[in-house]
Formats: sequence, structure tokens, C-alpha cells
Amino acid sequence: MDSRAIIDQLPRLRRYARALVGDRAAADDLVQDTLERAWSRIGQWRPGGDLRAWLFGIMHNLHIDQVRRPSLDGPSSGAEEIEVPIRATQPERMELEDLAAALARLPQEQSAVLLLVALDEMRYEDIAQTLNIPIGTVMSRLARGRERLRRMLDEHPNPSNLRVVR
Amino acid sequence: MSKHMVTDDDLHAYVDARLPPARRAEIEAHLAADSEAATRVRAYQAHRQGLHDLFDPVLDEPIPASLRELAAEIDTRLEARGTRFVARRLLRSRIAAGVLIASFGGALGWLAHGIHRPAETLAAGTSLHRQAAVAHAVFSPDVRRPVEIGADHEDQLVTWLSKRLGVPVRPPKLAALGYGLIGGRLLPGNSGPVAQFMYQDAAGRRLTLLVSTEVATGGDTAFRFAQEGPVSVFYWIDGKFGYALSAGIPRDELARVAADVYGHLENR
Repeated sequence: MDSRAIIDQLPRLRRYARALVGDRAAADDLVQDTLERAWSRIGQWRPGGDLRAWLFGIMHNLHIDQVRRPSLDGPSSGAEEIEVPIRATQPERMELEDLAAALARLPQEQSAVLLLVALDEMRYEDIAQTLNIPIGTVMSRLARGRERLRRMLDEHPNPSNLRVVR
Repeated sequence: MSKHMVTDDDLHAYVDARLPPARRAEIEAHLAADSEAATRVRAYQAHRQGLHDLFDPVLDEPIPASLRELAAEIDTRLEARGTRFVARRLLRSRIAAGVLIASFGGALGWLAHGIHRPAETLAAGTSLHRQAAVAHAVFSPDVRRPVEIGADHEDQLVTWLSKRLGVPVRPPKLAALGYGLIGGRLLPGNSGPVAQFMYQDAAGRRLTLLVSTEVATGGDTAFRFAQEGPVSVFYWIDGKFGYALSAGIPRDELARVAADVYGHLENR
């Protein structure tokens, strides 16, 4: 195994975490938790397996736990407080903020699949393995997530879209 | 309109660039004629681009030192672990298996005669990987009768093979990997029966899993690889069972499947 295997995954893990929870500090906490769990479960790692799927799977499960059990003292993860790390022009920025807000309102199971597909560009079968669900479920969550996102963005068009005659 | 029906899954696979060029062209022809589908596809493509615009800048951020250090530590441990991935790990894990032993009693006496053999060989005669490769080559190309009992009668298959092998055996579910069970059959081993399960993916590629109880009790082994002509085989021994996974696919790809099959058996 490449001795830099996990280090090399860090940028992508951080990106996925940011997309899942929005806030930068909370996202890095999630990455930290993921690494700590990987450390404690190193016995489950099988050489020859897919390291990326393993790590993303751990992160996914941790995030589900967090969503189900919001912490009492910190800000809750997700939704409204998405921090948009974009560099973009003003109209683009507003569109992207709409997208970020809509993403945060997707059911967690749909956003997880959508992000792995669209952002991480994982293959559908690798996502099935990562999330431990059948590939048919990957496809149906992807379809529902994308349609839901599309409807949300249609219903709340940003100012640049309002100019379009409807 | 395109030659074949265009499904929802096709549209997603198109957006995600997962289609072969020929199919891609068909979808494009379909989109030219179906404005509703074209609108959806454009929206999905915009989401993709938007998500990258939103979150790709994270990739360029400096990584906090605490994360880097922790990752480096795990990498070191993983590397160490990779080099001593043998038996004991498997042994300690709950006994295995989709192909699972519920009770050993009946099998022990029968297995005892294999005891002095090296772990990776069968009790006598043909090696596990050779046997698996030949069985794969013989039965997997068979269009009309690749298996004796089909997956539509999985219960009967399980009952029958378990009875003949003298221990409960059950095919692992590989649907998450894209492989569906076709069925299975009984084969002659070196001193008794062995079981073969056959799977197939959407492209029609077949994978066989040979399950043998004719292994020595000398301990578990790591994954091993053998190439027998066009057939790649990964094989390993876990407790009382020898497993050999065969397919006419490249080694790397089969390694991934084998790791997943192993994990599936282990987590059962």
C-alpha cells in the first residue's frame, strides 16, 4: 500500500465534509472524527479493499449519527448556515448560494448520494459499496435528489432567473 | 428517437458521463427529440457544475496539521497491517461466512484426513485455484445450463448443497457489487463434493465462487492470486472453508471484488 494513501485522500474528505455540513470548523471536526474512527477500527481494513470507499463510508455513518442526534451545545450541523467558499461573480454567487441552500434542505440520504456522484464523481457501484446499499437504491436516491433539487431551484428562482419570461 | 428505450437511469448515467460512446450518442438523439428530458438533463448538469464551483476551492485549502498528522499515523499502521495480513486476523473474526458454518460437529471427522497438507492446498490432488479455474472455464460460458439449480430456487440450492457438503453453505449476496446470483452446482472435488456459485453482472460477465471444505485445518491464509489462462483466481482459506473466486477479468478488478466478497462473508 502506498504509505501516503490516507493523506492523499484528505483534500477530498474535507471537500465532502464541507458539502455535507457546510460550516468549515464543523466539517474539519467531522474529518477528524472520521480519522479517529478509522484508527480505532483499523482491524476492519482489508488490504486490497477500496480505501476511499472505506473512509467515505465511515464519514457518512458518522454524519448520519450527528444528524440524528444534534449536539446540545454546538450549532446543529447542516442547513441554514452553509458557508460558501466560492470565488465567483455576484450573479453567479447568488445562484450558487441558492444551490447550497437547496442542497442543505435535501434529505440526508439523497444529498449523500448526489454529492458522491456529482462532486466526487464516484462510480455508482462504488457508492453502493461506500454507503452499503444496493445499486438500485443508489439510483433511486440520485433520481429523487436531483429532481427535488431541480424543483426547489425552480420554485425559488434567484434574481437572475426572474428576468426570464415565464 | 433512439433505437432503445431511454430510462431515467440512462439520463443520470449520461449526465455523469458513465455511458459508452455509442449509447451516449443514442441518448443525445433522444434528448434532441424530448425537450422535457433535455431540460432535466441541463438542470442536472448545472447542479454538477455548481457543486464543483461551490466546493472545489476546499481542495486548495491548506490542510490543518492535526489532520495531516493523524492521517500519516494511520497510513503507517495500515502499511504495517498490509504486510502481515494473514490468517490470524481471519481466525479471530467471527467465523466467516455467507458460506457459513453454523455447527462444525458433523464436519470435523470428515475434515481430519486433510490435516498434514500445506494450508493452501486441498487435502490431496488438484489445488484449489486450479480446480476453481477449470470449473469456471467449463461452466461459465454455458448459455443454456450454467447452473444446476437457479437463483429462483435459492432455498432449494442452499438446502441441497448444505446437505451434500455436510455443512451449511450459502451464497454471499453481491448485488451491491453489481453481480446477481444465477445459481449453483455441485462438483467433484478431490475426495468429495465442492460447491460452485455463479454470478453475473449487467454486462453478462460471469463470476464463480468455489467453496470447498477439503482444506487442511492448518490455518487461514492471505489472499492469493493465480492466473490460469484467461481466468483470474483469488483464493483464500478461512477456517474450515477454502474459497476461490474466478472470473475472466483483470487482476486488479477481481482483487476489488474478492476483497468485497471476503468482507461480505466476514460481516455476515
